[in-house]
Amino acid sequence: MRHILSILVENEAGALSRVAGLFSARGYNIESLTVAPTEDATMSRMTIVTTGSEEIVEQITKQLNKLVDVVKVVDLSEGRHIERELMLVKVRAAGKDREEMKRTADIFRGRIIDVTDKSYTIELTGTTDKLDAFLEALDKGAILETVRTGVSGIGRGEWVLKA
Amino acid sequence: MELKLPPLAETGETLTGAEIAIRCLSEEGVEFVFGYPGGAVLFIYDALFKQKKVKHILVRHEQGALHAADGYARATGRPGVALVTSGPGVTNAVTGIATAYMDSIPMVVITGQVPTRAIGEDAFQECDTVGITRPCVKHNFLVKDVNELAVTIKKAFHIATTGRPGPVLVDIPKDVSQQTARFHYPDKVHLRSYSPVVKGHGGQIKKAMQLLLDAKRPMIYVGGGAVLGEASQEVTELVRLLDFPCTNTLMGLGSIPASDKRFVGMLGMHGTVEANMAMQNCDVLLAVGARFDDRVIGNPAHFAAGNPSRKIVHIDVDPSSISKRVRVDVPIVGHVKDVLTELIALIKAGKEKPDAAALAAWWAQIATWRAKDCLKYDRASPIIKPQFVIEKLWEVTKGDAYVTSDVGQHQMWAAQFYRFEKPRRWINSGGLGTMGVGLPYAMGVKLAFPEADVACVTGEASIQMCIQELSTCKQYHLPVKLVNLNNRYMGMVRQWQEFFHGNRYAESYMDALPDFVKLAEAYGHVGMKVEKPGDVEGALREAFALKDRLVFLDIITDQTENVFPMVPGGKGMSEMILAEDL
Ligand SMILES: Cc1ncc(C[n+]2csc(CCOP(=O)(O)OP(=O)(O)O)c2C)c(N)n1
Ligand SMILES: [Mg+2]
Repeated sequence: MRHILSILVENEAGALSRVAGLFSARGYNIESLTVAPTEDATMSRMTIVTTGSEEIVEQITKQLNKLVDVVKVVDLSEGRHIERELMLVKVRAAGKDREEMKRTADIFRGRIIDVTDKSYTIELTGTTDKLDAFLEALDKGAILETVRTGVSGIGRGEWVLKA
Repeated sequence: MELKLPPLAETGETLTGAEIAIRCLSEEGVEFVFGYPGGAVLFIYDALFKQKKVKHILVRHEQGALHAADGYARATGRPGVALVTSGPGVTNAVTGIATAYMDSIPMVVITGQVPTRAIGEDAFQECDTVGITRPCVKHNFLVKDVNELAVTIKKAFHIATTGRPGPVLVDIPKDVSQQTARFHYPDKVHLRSYSPVVKGHGGQIKKAMQLLLDAKRPMIYVGGGAVLGEASQEVTELVRLLDFPCTNTLMGLGSIPASDKRFVGMLGMHGTVEANMAMQNCDVLLAVGARFDDRVIGNPAHFAAGNPSRKIVHIDVDPSSISKRVRVDVPIVGHVKDVLTELIALIKAGKEKPDAAALAAWWAQIATWRAKDCLKYDRASPIIKPQFVIEKLWEVTKGDAYVTSDVGQHQMWAAQFYRFEKPRRWINSGGLGTMGVGLPYAMGVKLAFPEADVACVTGEASIQMCIQELSTCKQYHLPVKLVNLNNRYMGMVRQWQEFFHGNRYAESYMDALPDFVKLAEAYGHVGMKVEKPGDVEGALREAFALKDRLVFLDIITDQTENVFPMVPGGKGMSEMILAEDL
């Protein structure tokens, strides 16, 4: 099962390596990890996408809570939530493919943010599934480079993660 | 980390970082710092030199410093403190830190670091201390501002000693130890990201009580958490109140007196038949400060599948210990002492009693397992049996010594045959299984309890891993007694090779052993060699009578003896090999 863990950590040097180290030391999966400061500059927010059985994810949550720098851990997948990922894709866009590429980007609500006569750079946000679907819709040979941020997530409605 | 700044931060004396570090230790009531100097800690050593409150014990290798501080902590319950220099000082200390971490021992480790401006430049004796130690500490800090030093050390002691205890490291760059700041030691620190649960959930405790009272085949399984949490009195009271069988893990020995008839011995890989069978076959299991690890229950699938209806109550201060390897029915997160106190009060207040008839039948079943007499050995042997030495050690010290051990067969025999009556008397490395701990552990214990008998049960391989500390014992007059069960083999390795590797004894024979008697003498101690069973008791009596001397008893034991019972790795608890099976 895929889980999205949202973690508030002290904005301390080393906090990221404590969390990342925990996953590698205990053999847990990380599909993606994002981290940046929050509105409170003393804290950072991480979103980690992981997979594992209920037992394993329960252990991951407990182990994360044990880290002294971790203020709070929530499994967003346990409630209603929104998840988004940002992707930048550089694609070949020359000759007859150029128009087709633009159309595909439009269908996925991608924005072309950089252009040369042979390429487009497309910005796309959405769920991981949507970004995957976009890549699948493209001709493999047309993709020059992809950069993805990994998932960020937030609870729906009034559900707020606070220290 | 949020902290309430002390209101008087602007007042207080102006001190150097080094002086602040030492003053913090003295404010914490630290008696001993175990350490070894070097470039990065010279200011701290200078500050130590200028005061008298905190006594420094100069070891001969940083590993020894960590183990000695750890042994002190295990015996006293107070945090052990060690001080080492940057680079090689730290890397030498890592084994000791990891050893303490695996057994949840409270320690504060102060390390020197290269000056802040040199960090990251591959400076002389630089290593990424915080990075290297991160996976084997409860927490660690790099202090970059001298104004943060006192509060960081306070946090270190707070974190090390609360919740599930553990080692905390404070890395101090040399320039920080030289700079000055106003000294103010806060009484308390508050960390918003750290607040261990202490009080168990009342509803869960009630559920636990009901399960226990309804049990037909109950079992109480007590681990090191009960020793660390000072709960042995409560454990003993509960066991007696209910008249339930009780087993201890290697780390939990002494949490109930071994002489109590309800104590069925240690469980696990080298546990007794009665403990392992009761554990496997009980219908209600109460686990107290224990973690169902691989050396205790063996294969968790076998443990669960062999008895799927077994109900488990688990009390632990660390939620991550609960349902980690074995699914638990009633988890109770809290201080074991407080939870047990509540549980006992509830049982006493109620009218219900355990089912006497069922309990009698259960005890009768246990008696048949006990009748196997699984720890029996050849008492008539003309060669010294290691078990016999431990029995004699128990007799000579009236069962009241502090016993440290190293790792191997001798450790298991000490655990099986020295019948511990009190907690914190049995000092050994359970989690990491670190050879070399025995002698430095004994030093830490002897410093804490100079009047007590302290024995280190060791093997000829293990003792050579920290043998240099014999010199420290000479310097500080630490008259501990070393009981070297000398079988000329890494016995535990040899046993596995005999059982599982077709008797191919690859590199487990201890060739070229030193003359331990002469070695002890060279360090200024007394050495004795014992070769006949009839001489064991006399030698032990003589050694303990030499109150002010360290005695190294080199006892030549049976090379072929094995530790029984044995649950082979990956097997279930009831799949024991007994001596009589071979
Ligand atoms: C530092 C370290 N290295 C290796 C081991 C693996 N090991 C476990 S027991 C043992 C043999 C110990 O021999 P000895 O001290 O003579 O004790 P005996 O088993 O013979 O009683 C070894 C090598 C260990 N536990 N620790
Ligand atoms: Mg040996």
